[in-house]
Amino acid sequence: MRKKEDFIKPKEVNKPEKKKKTKEETSKSGWYFLGICLLIYLIAAVIKPESARDIIDFFLSIIIKIIPIFALIFVLLAAINYFVRPKKLLKYFGREAGAKGYLLSLIAGIISTGPIFMWYPLMNDMQKHGVSNGFLATFLYGRAVKPALLPMMIFYFGLVYTVVLTVVIGLTAIIQGIAVNIIDNQVLRKQIRSQEVEK
Amino acid sequence: MADKQRIRESVYKAGKQLYKTLPILLGAILLVSIANTLIPKQVYAEVFRLSPVLNSVIGSALGSLLAGNPVTSYVLGGEFLDQGVSLVAVTAFLIAWVTVGVVQIPAEAMLLGKRFTAIRNAFAFIFAIIAAFITVAFMSVL
Repeated sequence: MRKKEDFIKPKEVNKPEKKKKTKEETSKSGWYFLGICLLIYLIAAVIKPESARDIIDFFLSIIIKIIPIFALIFVLLAAINYFVRPKKLLKYFGREAGAKGYLLSLIAGIISTGPIFMWYPLMNDMQKHGVSNGFLATFLYGRAVKPALLPMMIFYFGLVYTVVLTVVIGLTAIIQGIAVNIIDNQVLRKQIRSQEVEK
Repeated sequence: MADKQRIRESVYKAGKQLYKTLPILLGAILLVSIANTLIPKQVYAEVFRLSPVLNSVIGSALGSLLAGNPVTSYVLGGEFLDQGVSLVAVTAFLIAWVTVGVVQIPAEAMLLGKRFTAIRNAFAFIFAIIAAFITVAFMSVL
């Protein structure tokens, strides 16, 4: 027998906020956020003028580094829009995907490169397609394992430590994903119950 | 023809999605740059002067506050170990550096939702401490 939760659209489960914002409001809030960040920079530049140039240099160094990743994300987004249909995506990363979903999310997190915020647009897109929040959490936590930087970690902390830490991070990433999904399911049940009471 | 149209639509949609997130990404990068430049590296070691449990909490908190290339966290972690900071604290610091991002929280909340961001970051913070203790426990056995 199917559960009541199965009849709820995934989009409703992953709804970012209770009050839905219009597309215009959301895009404007991003510019407001950038404005606030610029204001913080100006305050920092006034308080500590000698650091103003260093902040910009650091900012530009990150921008230069992320340009290739930005291009990769663009290609991935376009590919997802072209190839992936929500039903197919839900099969691997939906609420019913189970252990396979956690494992795939972990692998995707481990092989993903670049800063965490570069992946938010893609995550946002997947969330809208109905991907489970637990899998997103596993993906984001799995990013703590950096295959390209493992030699550097071995150099600083030793081989045994690196291997143990990598395995522990992998396991905790999956546990975290399960925990997030449990909380999501509880919220969902509460929503169903309150809907039933309203009826 | 229909296929070409679909490709065009997919590329246009991807461009639009990235354009929408551009100001949020730029803001997050600017915040990371400000934090990274203004907080002196020597300050970090000064905070680890407490018990192992509290040190691991501080390690996780410090790793959550700071952001940047993970290589920087390895270098700092190595320095902390040389200065006598416990391995548990350093491990919590290394994990939280990449999994929790206080300066990125506004961007994450805008794109992935406030509730998800709060739950995910809280869990990541706690799990950084738990994972640190498990790692060090395993290390002592091996």
